[in-house]
This record gives sequence, C-alpha cells and structure tokens, in this order.
Amino acid sequence: MRGYVIKRLAQAVGVLWAAYTVSFLVLDYLPGDPVTAMAGAGMDSGQVDPARLAALRHEYGFDKPVPVQYAEYLGRAVRGDFGDSVSTGRPVTATLADALPQTLQLTGAAMLFAVVLGGGLAVLATYTTLRWLRQLLLSLPPLGVSVPTFWVGLLLVETFSFRLHWFPAFGNDGLGGLVLPALTLAVPTGAQIAQVLAKSLLTALDQAYVETARAKGAGRWRVHLRHALRNASLPALTVVGLLVGQLIAGSVVVETVFSRDGLGRVTAAAVTAQDIPLVQGVVVFGALIFVTTNLVIDLVYPLLDPRIVVASGRRAALA
Amino acid sequence: MTALPDARSSRWTALTALVTTSLLLTACGSGGGDSTGGSGRPASGGTLTFAVGSDAGCVDPQQVASNETIYSVRQIVDSLTDQDPRTGKIVPWLAKSWDISPDATTFTFHLRSGVTFSDGSKLTAQVVKDNFDAVPKLGALGTLAEGYLSGVKSTTVIDPLTVRVTFAQPNAQFLQATSTHSLGIESSASVKRTPQQKCSDGVVGSGPFVLKQYVQNQSVTLARRTGYAWGSSLWSKRGEAYLDKLVFKVVPEAGVRAGSLQSGQVDAVSSVGKANEAALKGSQVALQRRANPGIVFGLGLNNARPALKDARVRQAILATVDRKQIADTVFPTGTRAATSVLAHTTPGYTSLAANLTTDTTRAKSLLDAAGWKTGSDGIRAKAGKKLALTIDWIPNPGTNQPALELIQQQLKAVGVQVTLKQLQVTQLAPTLQSGDYDAAWGNVTRADPDILRSSFSTALANFYRLPKSGLDTTLTAQAATTDTAKREQLVAQAQQLIVRNAYYVPIVELQTQLGVAKKVHDLNFDASSRLQLHDTWIG
Repeated sequence: MRGYVIKRLAQAVGVLWAAYTVSFLVLDYLPGDPVTAMAGAGMDSGQVDPARLAALRHEYGFDKPVPVQYAEYLGRAVRGDFGDSVSTGRPVTATLADALPQTLQLTGAAMLFAVVLGGGLAVLATYTTLRWLRQLLLSLPPLGVSVPTFWVGLLLVETFSFRLHWFPAFGNDGLGGLVLPALTLAVPTGAQIAQVLAKSLLTALDQAYVETARAKGAGRWRVHLRHALRNASLPALTVVGLLVGQLIAGSVVVETVFSRDGLGRVTAAAVTAQDIPLVQGVVVFGALIFVTTNLVIDLVYPLLDPRIVVASGRRAALA
Repeated sequence: MTALPDARSSRWTALTALVTTSLLLTACGSGGGDSTGGSGRPASGGTLTFAVGSDAGCVDPQQVASNETIYSVRQIVDSLTDQDPRTGKIVPWLAKSWDISPDATTFTFHLRSGVTFSDGSKLTAQVVKDNFDAVPKLGALGTLAEGYLSGVKSTTVIDPLTVRVTFAQPNAQFLQATSTHSLGIESSASVKRTPQQKCSDGVVGSGPFVLKQYVQNQSVTLARRTGYAWGSSLWSKRGEAYLDKLVFKVVPEAGVRAGSLQSGQVDAVSSVGKANEAALKGSQVALQRRANPGIVFGLGLNNARPALKDARVRQAILATVDRKQIADTVFPTGTRAATSVLAHTTPGYTSLAANLTTDTTRAKSLLDAAGWKTGSDGIRAKAGKKLALTIDWIPNPGTNQPALELIQQQLKAVGVQVTLKQLQVTQLAPTLQSGDYDAAWGNVTRADPDILRSSFSTALANFYRLPKSGLDTTLTAQAATTDTAKREQLVAQAQQLIVRNAYYVPIVELQTQLGVAKKVHDLNFDASSRLQLHDTWIG
C-alpha cells in the first residue's frame, strides 16, 4: 500500500511539472507580452513610447532569454512562490486563495446536483418498466452533453432571474446566487454520469448474481439499489474523477455568464492579459486539484469493491 | 434623451426630463400602470447600482485606462480643471484660474482654498507637485497619465496655493490633460504608496465620492463624501452629491446586463450593443449615447508600403468606403459615419463630410490613373502584382469584425483585394511599431485635438509611416498655440491635410451607449464621454 501511494505521488508531481512546463511554453510562444497588453489596454488609449515599453519589459524581466526566465520561475514555484500577477501586482498565491472558496462552492454544488440528478435519472431509467419513459429518460443525457453550457446558463438566467425573479442573475452573494450557476455546470456533468451509470446498471442487471438475488426473493428496489447499483457505480466513480477537471474548466464559462468571482474568472482575465505568472499559478493549481481528486478516488476503489487490490493497478481493469 | 445625443447641459437635461415626465404622465392617463416619473424634483439619497462589463483589476484613477473602470474611479478624485462637453472649453475645478506662457511651455495653476482630501489632509501646491512628480514613475499601467506629462521639466511650488508646471517643449494639450481622470489629484499619503498598492487598495482623493470597498472582478462601492464643497464649475448642484452610494457590479455578459436592467436588478448598464437595444426598448429604460471624442474608427494605412505610397490609391480607398452603410448595419443606433479624422465631439473638430462621400466612379478612375488595371478575376493589378491589402485588427470590440467584413466587400467591388488578419490585443502595438503591416483598424479616445500630433507627427512614433510634410509643421504649431481660435484653425488645417492626402481612412465614430432606468436622472457624460455622477439623482 505504501509503495503504491509513493508511486502515485511521484506520478502526480510529474503531471504538475508537465502542466507547468507546457503552459509556460504555450504562453511564451504567443506573440506579444504582458507589458504591451497592459500598456495597450485595447487600442483606445493611444500609443505608448516604445522606449518606455522596453524599460518596463526590463523591469519585469521579460527581456531575459526564455530558458533563464523558465528556470527562475520554476525555481520559485517549487518553493511555492508563483510571483506576483503582472496586471494587478498581487501575489499569485493570494489571488488564487481568494478565488478558490468561490469556485469550490460552485463546483461542489454542481457535483452534488450532477450526482443526484444524473444518478437519479440513471436509476429511474433502468428501473422503470414503461418502455416510453425509459426511452425518454435515456435520451436526455445525450442532449445534456451536447447543448453548450453558455446557452444553458443564459436560458436559466432568462427564465428564473429575469422573468420569475427567483434568483439573482449575477454575483456571489448567498445560496440563492449559487443555484443557477451550479445547475448550469451540473447539466453536462450530470448527463455524463447518467450515461455511464445507466449503461453499467443495464449490464449489471443482466448478471447472474442479480438472477440469484431475485431467486432468493429480493424485491425489485432492493436488487436494483443494493446489488446492481453498488457494482455499477465503479465506472461512474471513475468518470466523476475525470469530471472534476471538466468542472474546473467549465467554471470559466459559468463564472463569466453569472458574473461570479472565482478561479474561472481569474483564469479568463489572466489569459487575456497574458499574465504569465498568474496563468502558471492557475494551471498548476488546477492540475493539483485534478491529481488529488483522482488519487483519492483510486484509494476509494478497494472500499467499494474488495476484489480490487491496490497493488494490481485498477482503472484499466474497470474501464 | 435618446433622440438628442447633443443635449448634455444641465438645462437641456432638465428640459428633456420634463418632456419625458410629461410623456409618461400622458401614457399613464391613457393606459394606467406604474409611473416612474417621480416628483421631477431632484432629491438626495439612494443607491445607484451600475453594471459594467469588466474590471481593470485596478482602482487608481491615475492608472486605469478602461472606460468601464473609469466610470467608478473617476468619482473619487477631482481634477485641476474640467472640460465642458458641449464646447470643449476648459473651466475651473480645483484650480480657480491658470496662466499659460505664450509659447505653451509653462502652466501656472492657482488652487482653490479649503479643499480637503477624505483623509482630512489639505490640498496644497505641494500635493499637486507630489502627484505630478510621481506620475512619470507609475509604470506600465500609468502610460496614459505619463503621456500627458511627457517632456515635463519641473513642477515647482510658487506659494501654498500656486503651482507651476514647466515643459521642455510647447505642450498646449496639457491644459486639457489636467481635466482628465488620469491626472486626478490624490492625497500626499496615496501618492507615496507604490503603484501596485494604489491599484489594489485604491486611493484617497478629494472627489464627491469615497472608495468604500473594492472586490476584484466583482464590485466597486463608493459612498458620498460628506462636506464636499468644491465641485466643478460645470455641475448644476453645489456641495455634496445627491446619491448616498454608488455600487458598480461587474457583469461581463451583455445579455445578462441588459436583462438585469430590465428586471430592475440594476439601475444602469454600460456598453449596450446593437443586439441588446431591442430588448431594452419599451421597458422603463432609456438609452443614453454620446460619440467618443478623438480619432474615429478607421484604417490606419502604412504609407510606406509601395502600393500605398501613391496618394491616388489611398484616396481611392477613402472614396470607396460606404461609411453610412457600415454605421447603420453594424454599430449601435445613432452611431455617426465619420465626417473627419476626428469625431464631432472633439474640440477643434471640423466637418469634412464633403471629402468623405462615397464615390466609386471616382475611386475607379483614380486607380486606373495610378496604373492599376482590372484583371480577369476582378482584382486590379500592376506589373503583375495584385492590388491586395491586409488589414490587421483585434477582436475587441465585437463590432470590428462585421465592420471590416463590409469594408472588405466594398473594396472588392472596385478591384481591391482585402485580407483580414486577426491579432491578439497584445500583438497590435508591436505590429504597428515594426511597420510590418498594410493597414490596421482602430481608434483613440481623447478630448483634445493634440491626439492628431500623437498619431500623425513624423517626429513621434509615426506608426502610419507618413512622409515628412507640411502637416508636421501644422501639428507642432497647434501644440504651441494657446489662443483657442488660432489653434482651432491649425487643427482644422491638419484634419484637411490628413483627409485630403488620405493618410488615414476615417470610417465611423465610436459611440458610448448606456442603458439607464428612467427613474435615474442627470446621469451625465463628461467631455471624454465618461461619467459625471455628482449631479445624478434617483426619483
């Protein structure tokens, strides 16, 4: 077990390093730099003396050779110092720490909605004996996956905020403000959970042990929830791990539509301004969340299915 | 209000408010329902909630260049002077008077006495000097303010209420610059802080509102300054502002902004595009618009390119573009086609509408005369080379792309092939600087005609690669002229030279359009088409 955890941790560090390096290279490859982005602020503010720009570039160290910049940034990042945001001057870690709780609230609520709605839909669709109802329910997830999040968000705002006045259209205030953005984010996520869970539930219900359970006189609900669902939930759990990354990515769009503060907004602003330190911080941080979640899920598998022994690896056998 | 884009004086607004009220009353008489006309008499109190599209990440007026953030931070500081949006005239604010040396190098300001900052400190000549000494060291975000003070030799304190700014070269634009938010005066304590601290924590000013809270990407909250008694000479209300509180919420999605205004969740919104006009019509909302002063949207031609060196080719492009079609189909209602290189709200603007008509016959004959003959594919060519033009542009604002696609079609009709090349915001300035481009799309907001010198003098950046000419002399002369009438004459001459030689192809004016709930009154534009909220009231 210990060896397994150490190996997984080493992999996690590798993923973090790769995320850091790739994002650095991509940002470096983009034409322009943060200083011109700041001084430009669009075309609207007039032209800036090129000599002044050069001086500023020197001040921020953007005139140094790329490998030197990379080494400097990486050296500091290892010590947990991602430097200061170029556009605001605030430390990157402080900016992220401020934004994180908002995004955790949003993605947490979205995941809750997704699991409850997606899982409920899958269970209901596989439990019902009404053919038309099953067809109808099973056609919803593909729809949920394919409609753009942006559009779902605007539709929800239009209906529940502008027309019905139930929830505010923007902002981070209170639980009311959380409902619509979390629902928006939950639609594609829940749909994917529903798809996977419904499929594996149907497979599980065909298994011999289900026959056995029925033969022993277990009720339909009991068979469905106790026997089939427990086995069918493993693939869904794997998907949940992957969906965490999707939720973080989705927060960029959702936080913009609903004017919420959080990691997504920070990311969007940082990319637009080519704020290299901040983007780097966001990427590494996002990777950290993703890696951690998947590590936790890996460690949970054996609890759900005693047949899985950590040493033998896991996901490949399940997928 | 919407039909009268020029009506901005308080008298006019009062009149329009009266008209609006009576219209509303009539409407009530016939259909009943809710009246938002109120008593029609200004009342103190209340909170104005204003949704803007973005946050600059900075709440220091001296370092903010984005309109959406200027709206809020402008209210924190006062300026030495103010500019009348109707006449462009510079009028007293913190400075009760000023003297300018005949060669426009020395500016002496006589400050009003009894002005205090919200931290209790007094406004003195030393504070003004501290501000002007600190501005050139602001860094990347302060380029706007730094530009206004470029070439400054010294700022000296003559006596506690008299301060003198001396420039190395004539610098007539400086007087207007003192009226901008960028040179708003901050307290000595604020000036001593680092630019970054000022950005994130805000500054202490002497303005009609005080910064209460700034939540990045979320909101800016301001509260009325009690005891305020030194408002601009342009404002209709003396003393403190009407409103208790101003809350600026950042709402990036234009559709959400419009819906929030309509459903009463906010009182006013910024940046209303053509797409959202319909949604706001017929509700309790008025659209308020004003053209931004400065250089209009247009094609900045690279005058050093072989094909574009020929004035006939440039003039042909100028004569081909159908400005009205572009203004009417792409831009918000009320947007005007360009009638000069300057927008009509810029002081010193002169109408050259006669030179900016669409005449494709003339364009074709100009191109024929220049030796560009139409080929079998409809594109003109000379000595085996096609008349092809690449226009560099950035995707913000969203009107850029459709406008350019129209221009592309229009130019194709006379045999000029246009390729559109989208750049990132960060790429544009380096591209212009390098000179490796044919034409670039853009505009510049500035309520002083000196913007012509910044953009077109060969002695400065000269991004458009103009040849040295008499235009340089005219531009230098206007910068050294303090006599308004004489300066206007020179500025008119410069506009004529630029348009006749087609160094730049003016297309449309940029128009600021706000959505404002009808219960909000006297939400006024200043000379730079930004906001003055001291006189604003809710009733």
